[in-house]
Amino acid sequence: MRYRLPAGGRIDRSKPLSFHFDGKKYSGFAGDTLASALIANGAHLVGRSFKYHRPRGIMSAGADEPNALVGVGSEEARYTPNLRATQIELYNGLVAESQNRWPSLSLDFSGANDLFSRFLPAGFYYKTFMWPASAWKKLYEPMIRRAAGLGRAPEAADADRYTQVYGHCDVLVVGAGPAGLAAALAAARSGVKVFVCDEQDQMGGSLLSEREATIDGQGAADWLAQTIRELKSRTNVVLLRRTTAFGWYPHNFLGLCERVTDHLGLAITKQPRERMWQVRAREVVLATGAIERPLVFPDNDRPGIMMAEAARTYLNRYGVLPGSRAVVFTACDSAYRAALELKSAGVEIAAIADVRSAPNGRWMERARAAGIDVRPSTVIAGTYGRLRISHADLARISGGTMGHPETFACDLLLMSAGFTPSVHLFSQSRGKLVYDEDLKAYLPGTSVERERSVGACRGVFDLGASLADGFAGGLSAAKALGGTAAAEHKFSVFAQSLGRDGFIGAPPSGGKSRRTRAWVDFQNDVTAKDIELATREGFRSIEHVKRYTTTGMATDQGKTSNMNALGIVSQTLALPASQVGLTTFRPPYTPTTFGAFAGQSRGELFDPVRKTSIHEWARENGAVFEDVSLWKRAHYFPRPGEDMHAAVRRECKATRESVGIFDATTLGKIEVVGKDAAEFMNRMYTNAWTKLEPGRLRYGVMLREDGFVMDDGVVGRMSPDRFHVTTTTGGAARVLALMEDYLQTEWSDLDVWLTSTTEQWAVIAVQGPNARKVLEPLVHGIDISQQAMPHMSVQEGHICGVPTRLFRVSFTGELGFEVNVPMGYGRGVWEAIYAAGREFGITPYGTETMHVLRAEKGYIIVGQETDGTVTPDDVGLAWAIGKAKKDFVGKRSLARPAMSRSDRKQLVGLLTVDPNIVLEEGAQVVADPSEPVPMTMIGHVTSSYWSVALDRSIALALVQGGRARIGSRLSVPIPSGPVTVEVVQPIFYDPEGKRLDG
Amino acid sequence: MLLIKCPFCGPRPELEFSYGGQAHIARPKDPASLDDESWAEYLYIRSNPKGLHAERWRHIHGCARFFNVQRNTASDAIVATYKIGEEPPKPVDPGLEEWSSRSGAAL
Repeated sequence: MRYRLPAGGRIDRSKPLSFHFDGKKYSGFAGDTLASALIANGAHLVGRSFKYHRPRGIMSAGADEPNALVGVGSEEARYTPNLRATQIELYNGLVAESQNRWPSLSLDFSGANDLFSRFLPAGFYYKTFMWPASAWKKLYEPMIRRAAGLGRAPEAADADRYTQVYGHCDVLVVGAGPAGLAAALAAARSGVKVFVCDEQDQMGGSLLSEREATIDGQGAADWLAQTIRELKSRTNVVLLRRTTAFGWYPHNFLGLCERVTDHLGLAITKQPRERMWQVRAREVVLATGAIERPLVFPDNDRPGIMMAEAARTYLNRYGVLPGSRAVVFTACDSAYRAALELKSAGVEIAAIADVRSAPNGRWMERARAAGIDVRPSTVIAGTYGRLRISHADLARISGGTMGHPETFACDLLLMSAGFTPSVHLFSQSRGKLVYDEDLKAYLPGTSVERERSVGACRGVFDLGASLADGFAGGLSAAKALGGTAAAEHKFSVFAQSLGRDGFIGAPPSGGKSRRTRAWVDFQNDVTAKDIELATREGFRSIEHVKRYTTTGMATDQGKTSNMNALGIVSQTLALPASQVGLTTFRPPYTPTTFGAFAGQSRGELFDPVRKTSIHEWARENGAVFEDVSLWKRAHYFPRPGEDMHAAVRRECKATRESVGIFDATTLGKIEVVGKDAAEFMNRMYTNAWTKLEPGRLRYGVMLREDGFVMDDGVVGRMSPDRFHVTTTTGGAARVLALMEDYLQTEWSDLDVWLTSTTEQWAVIAVQGPNARKVLEPLVHGIDISQQAMPHMSVQEGHICGVPTRLFRVSFTGELGFEVNVPMGYGRGVWEAIYAAGREFGITPYGTETMHVLRAEKGYIIVGQETDGTVTPDDVGLAWAIGKAKKDFVGKRSLARPAMSRSDRKQLVGLLTVDPNIVLEEGAQVVADPSEPVPMTMIGHVTSSYWSVALDRSIALALVQGGRARIGSRLSVPIPSGPVTVEVVQPIFYDPEGKRLDG
Repeated sequence: MLLIKCPFCGPRPELEFSYGGQAHIARPKDPASLDDESWAEYLYIRSNPKGLHAERWRHIHGCARFFNVQRNTASDAIVATYKIGEEPPKPVDPGLEEWSSRSGAAL
């Protein structure tokens, strides 16, 4: 660690750590970041740029870092790409690698892009990769994806665990620099519940790098330690370190991501890797600080060129010298402080070039007194050095022209154009920003949410003012809560003012900017020239310039570049910066892992799984399951050696010839009860219910108010004031919601109660000619003979000693029953029926067989034969409409002219002329297959199966004017050619319905 | 995530609720008496203001009741919540009235 000072900083020299970067072993200390440890070892080159593969170094010391993105992790399942080296806490054994280079960081072949840069201007992709369209997918996109881009995504599933927690507090303070800590003190002393979060491993912000300032008579470090002690000692305060407030959502709801274990490295821990805090704060204090701006000058991106404050942080916080001989380029006073502190630590300051014509004040005087060569009205005209800066050209600007440059040798160049307040969260909260001409920055203006900004994030930069501002903000938050605020506190601060100077855009270049490249957005490789080109090509809106040049669109979202881009647009269009506007800030503030957002919702916990009480029996008996909404349903029950088709053929045959058993538990069930239940049913369903006798069933159709079929199901009238309504499996919640909607908001005068009973009843369908014989010995108190219990009737009684609502109903066309028993008895009753059915070869069947059997009978499935644009008449259900009823939901819409046009798509059956062809569901139907593509499509296949009963294929389809086409031939084009089909009635098996009675 | 004050249960996070579309659109008492245009208006035409909007929400994962909300669609500020059948309160926030009149003027 050649560049490590023997003493000083907040690192622990008694805890040396070793780590690997690009396969090479380095050492550092506890308290280092990867960036500070690399710099301590003299390694500045850490990456290649996004587009031109330019060698890049560490530019900052925090979340704003655009260059030093690395991949971290020795095992694939814990590999994380694109982490900022400036934010990675060092641990023993850390393995990191640079990105976007091949074969190695110092020798990168794609660096050739840089030589051809003049052929890669702004908008290059839009201009070049337009034609031919077919080349996009095969040629351009793969090429661009390979060449550009950041790190690689890991290929193994994430081995870590993530968790989420809700937080509620009175005051949330975001940022624990001087202003945030002062705000936290004020709020905490007022007795309200305070959360303080800060993205760094230590709280303190700028105080962590402070040398000479004193607060209330103590050094900054001592004041910081004492303040944290006080906050920790208070039970009403929660301190969250390593916690980034990344997003602001409506009503003071903030997303915080806490990195719990990353800094522990390879240590085994039971903690989750990250914890997502979802915090609802009654009041928020934003103390998010400010980000130092780079200066835009030719070749300002070489390794060894860094922000002046970053250099100061490496020196004071990490005890690291970022170089040995520095040139400073500045537009404000703070870089003088950095230069003085570096000089006192042994860094030679070659010169300070100051854009300002007459810099003055204490800092400048101190620099001159220290013997530093200070040059006003001076810019950097160019830099040299391939993998690290070696020289810089300084040139004086006078009268708009550039003087002869003077070359200075250096291994470090510090830059500062002033500070950009971090208004990201304020802007996300929809607060209105106001441009401050003096500061050349956007500041928080009018608030929308219950928040206030304090300190540097609202342009209050000096330490004393920032502390006072923070404390006042904390008090105002406490007062806004209606409590008694703590006593005022006057901070007594000794710190030299840093002034408020700043610069945005490109400093004067004496007209030479066209030939040189000065970087604005380092991460997306956007130069001042690119932005000028965009304005010349007519882009004036900053939002358009952003998208055309991609400036500010990298993972750092333009933290260091947005204001300079805006300044250049303002310069080239000769528009005041305030009129150029600012692009929108969006969450997240820094990239946030998918893991934190997903939390525990992974794998089996991704979605709830609904299982029936018969599920385990089906599993034990070899069922293959399919997902139907959240339910797991048995799809088919293959025997050894059977595929789905073989199993379904066997199940269909058994059910038609003897008896099958099917788990229909997933059907939605709603109990409709009350004096006005029949009236309510009349209004909700197309059918007439008044005359339905208790003990009878009816097939009901429900429409939306627009007249289209929404759901269907069999409804039993249990007593005059009680209906047992069934719905489709997927439609249960939707139907109940629609019923509740009308009941609560339109017909609140009706005496009706709705209860979802889906999970209360297990439903066992027993279907086939022998169904009655199987059930007869098991029921008590129910006469299930044909005379006593005809088709579409319901009786209450017992089966196997369990109370049941026994439905005589068929979705197969065979004699059938549906046995409703309380959910907990489902499996027991199922097994009893199965045992009783043995002598008849009772066969369990799944949803696929159910589909085939119902299609043979032409029974529709809502959502398969219907798609939200289908009327009852379209699918042959006109008979289910109670013509005498004055009104029901959807009735008026059925009277609209479009609903009765003769060319509406209507349900028909299709029989392929070649009986062995099973059509694809969703295939289009055409009248004339010789038409050129695109043919006139007149309908589509909705259901298609092999029918065992008919020993041929069958299909249902919606076809324009379909009923009038019955008897004619149409065509279904498929990739192998058109298939000729005959249009028939949508019922293929037992059209007279004789089998319903066995 | 919005914080919505259910008139029956008190303030709860948005994920306990489902949205129910624009409020105060009563189903016609006698739909058959409406001409096609008026019926289509009832079915399909909804306002889409930038500013104050009266809308229905349902506390689906709580009391399951429908109720009405006045929300500023530009700021997401919820101005009032009230039960079905109750008169909508007059906006009290002067800033909000300015909002609605401004958006009205823009139309």
